[in-house]
Amino acid sequence: MILARFFAGGFRSPLVIAGMLIILALAVLVPVLNMAVPAGSPFHMPDYLVPLIGKYLCYALLALALDLVWGFCGILSLGHAAFFALGGYAMGMYLMRQIGTRGVYGNPLLPDFMVFLNWKELPWYWFGFDNFAFAMLMVVLVPGLLALVFGWFAFRSRVTGVYLSIITQAMTFALMLAFFRNEMGFGGNNGLTDFKDIVGFDIAAQSTRIGLFVISAAALIIGLIITSAVINSKYGKILAAVRDAESRTRFLGYRPENIKLIAFVLSAVVAGIAGALYVPQVGIINPGEFEPANSIEVVVWTAVGGRGTLVGPIAGAFLVNAGKSWFTGVLPEYWLFALGGLFIFVTLFMPKGIMGLLGLARRRRPSPVDEMSSDARADIATNPAEQEQ
Amino acid sequence: MAIPSFLKTLLLGLLLALPLSAAHADDAQLREILSGFAQARNFNDVEKVIEALGKTGDSNAAPALRALSDGSLQVRAEDKSVVIVTRRGGREVMVDPLTDEIIAPTEGVSLDKIKIKNSIRRMINDALSGLTLRAENPNVRISAANTIFQNADESQLEAIESAIADEKNASVKARMEQARAAIVLKSSSDEKARIDAVDTIVSRGDRDALALLNGYVGQTEGALRQRIEAGIGSIQDVQAFWNMGQNVWYGISLGSVLFLAAIGLAITFGVMGVINMAHGEMVMLGAYTTFVVQQIMRDYAPDALDYSLAIALPAAFLVAGLAGLIIERGIIRFLYGRPLETLLATWGVSLILQQAVRTIFGPTNREVSNPSWMSGAFELGQLSITWNRMWIVVFAIGVFVVLLLVINRTRLGLFMRAVTQNRRMASAMGIRTPWVDALTFALGSGIAGIAGVALSQIDNVSPNLGQGYIIDSFMVVVFGGVGNLWGTLVGGLTLGIANKFLEPFAGAVFGKILVLIFIILFIQRRPRGLFAMRGRAVEQ
Repeated sequence: MILARFFAGGFRSPLVIAGMLIILALAVLVPVLNMAVPAGSPFHMPDYLVPLIGKYLCYALLALALDLVWGFCGILSLGHAAFFALGGYAMGMYLMRQIGTRGVYGNPLLPDFMVFLNWKELPWYWFGFDNFAFAMLMVVLVPGLLALVFGWFAFRSRVTGVYLSIITQAMTFALMLAFFRNEMGFGGNNGLTDFKDIVGFDIAAQSTRIGLFVISAAALIIGLIITSAVINSKYGKILAAVRDAESRTRFLGYRPENIKLIAFVLSAVVAGIAGALYVPQVGIINPGEFEPANSIEVVVWTAVGGRGTLVGPIAGAFLVNAGKSWFTGVLPEYWLFALGGLFIFVTLFMPKGIMGLLGLARRRRPSPVDEMSSDARADIATNPAEQEQ
Repeated sequence: MAIPSFLKTLLLGLLLALPLSAAHADDAQLREILSGFAQARNFNDVEKVIEALGKTGDSNAAPALRALSDGSLQVRAEDKSVVIVTRRGGREVMVDPLTDEIIAPTEGVSLDKIKIKNSIRRMINDALSGLTLRAENPNVRISAANTIFQNADESQLEAIESAIADEKNASVKARMEQARAAIVLKSSSDEKARIDAVDTIVSRGDRDALALLNGYVGQTEGALRQRIEAGIGSIQDVQAFWNMGQNVWYGISLGSVLFLAAIGLAITFGVMGVINMAHGEMVMLGAYTTFVVQQIMRDYAPDALDYSLAIALPAAFLVAGLAGLIIERGIIRFLYGRPLETLLATWGVSLILQQAVRTIFGPTNREVSNPSWMSGAFELGQLSITWNRMWIVVFAIGVFVVLLLVINRTRLGLFMRAVTQNRRMASAMGIRTPWVDALTFALGSGIAGIAGVALSQIDNVSPNLGQGYIIDSFMVVVFGGVGNLWGTLVGGLTLGIANKFLEPFAGAVFGKILVLIFIILFIQRRPRGLFAMRGRAVEQ
């Protein structure tokens, strides 16, 4: 009953419903255009586009996760790619174990890279990953636990604003360095790749790809429902209160650190699931996914779409990545110029992103910071406690 | 009256002439011995000549021996004279082995090489070190003593003992005594003398001494063996001490690099409360400015290339400072009060700058040359210190002092401190805060630029140069706290030294991870860094 009411909150916003319908349409249209329409037809969707759009769906889910903490809680995480990559590695480990004797060295237990490194037995943290259910549990658990520990430390000692952004960046940087090490037992530089099949289906088969695509779309829709429900719940209102005036919320008797922690962990779990769906579709996971630059790119997807709008980040992820695919194909030299320009343009001229431009962003009550003179705002800039409004 | 003064002159003349005439007599004598090479029929004869040359103790014979060793000492067939064959001014010529004067080109001259074998080559080396023990350059004498120390050849005992007797330079003398001790330890039968020798060797305290003594542990017994074992222990203690010194030095060196990279960031963050993600690219701009300055000087003033850094420093400051000013006026000033947006916008700037440099200069590393006074290394005790690292430490100290003066003694510094402490109050007192912001940002960027000049001397100049330092710089700022230059200094040095001490047993990468974890934990205890600013403005 309570749960039903909670999820009903997810359908309150017409914008979110519209977004869900569009994704649903995509989830139906892409398989149909790919499988049912004959190859000669102009409406036929080429095979390579399916995993590409599937990849965008995972990115969109990641952007949605970031929006939950940045748009609704004011935590600018520059380390969300870490949760994404951890989810991806958990999935990658499962896929690695599925290879079995089909690897280059044909070792039934050890993945190729371990044989190559002369390892004799499987490290303890690889146990259980041959079981799909266990691996999926880890997809959720590992990013969630990391977020819980990290967030508990950070929020408890009231690390906020740019400081928090910087240490989240340090977190993903440290993880990147760690995963680059061969001794860690995650394939070092090359990461995990050469996957053969997933729960018995051939990973390269088009039908499997369609299946993964549909699952990704479903995950995105469910993610949208859950985040929307969270935002519209009582907890979501406190979350917004923490974002807009943390000290005031604290004085009203709430515990902002716990409220932030819940959102942070939820967001990390969603990011981990996005990573887990991403890996089988692109066929590789390597430490490059931890790169700080990746995390910041997620931020720009969210900013382009419009943070704090739920649907915006999804649109942003699609637009920016489609732009990236197009640019790197046509003008590879200029992609970084375009991306850099986008960062500047969006922050300067589109603070509410595309959704703001379309007039779709929900108008927030002006926070006290908005009403101040520009000089007073700058004053707050020196006071990290109230940095982000 | 006349006689004594005459006598005086005579005596003085004799005194002056003695060494001179001796040298001249030696020259003739040397020539005589050298001509023995021409008559030598087999290796035995050659060995005898080498021995004779070694006995003279005259360092004038050294070039001939060196030439013999590398096969360029040859005999002219027509008059059986011994010459060195070498290249001078692009052609092969014969040179007098003693005076180094050119005799004639080798064209049309039939020459016979004096043949040697490996055992002779070893003999030559020993003879050479005996000769070079009396060279004028103390460094040559030291290296000669070190060679003897390592070979411990009994035949050199006499040479080294006489050299010790004549040696005036204390540090050279110590080296020679160690060399003598090595010979004594190896060849003497007198237990007491050998024990004394061990003590002398232990006083050397370096790896060579350790290796030498380790070789004797198994061969000796009784008191001598005990003494050697005790000596090894004490050398190992000394070594541990120097290893620590080495780590501290590497740490200071890394720390000063981190400090240089981070100090500009700390200033802008302190005054404006914004993180400049393009800071690393300002460092990169400085490095590329150095490259361009050197390129221009190569074309127009190749002789002055050693002073290119003196021109690159102000140029880099101006280039990066100007870039900073443009970024501040063009972007950041519209984003005040929104530090997270500033972070994103400056990240965009950094992407654009990286790609721009990649487009202009290409993606590969550019070579920036070290001026001659920055290349090479020197020894401090058992530390080998490279000059470029040394100068960067000195440079970092210089930058720190200058900045300290700017912040504490100039009007701009006063304004900067005021704005850092309380922006609104400073504004109310008539300080034009936007102007202070712009200048602060330009100053911070300019300092990043000169940090780039320094980094161009020790790191690859590539478009990714800045990226490699940006996270470390953030860590220094977060750790050290903002609004205080000392915080950045202590932060940089601490992180540098911590990194280097963790490296030996944790590995370079894992050490870095540990430091990052430490900072993440540290920030829990002190969210505002080591040197947190106090005052109402920063209270929550």
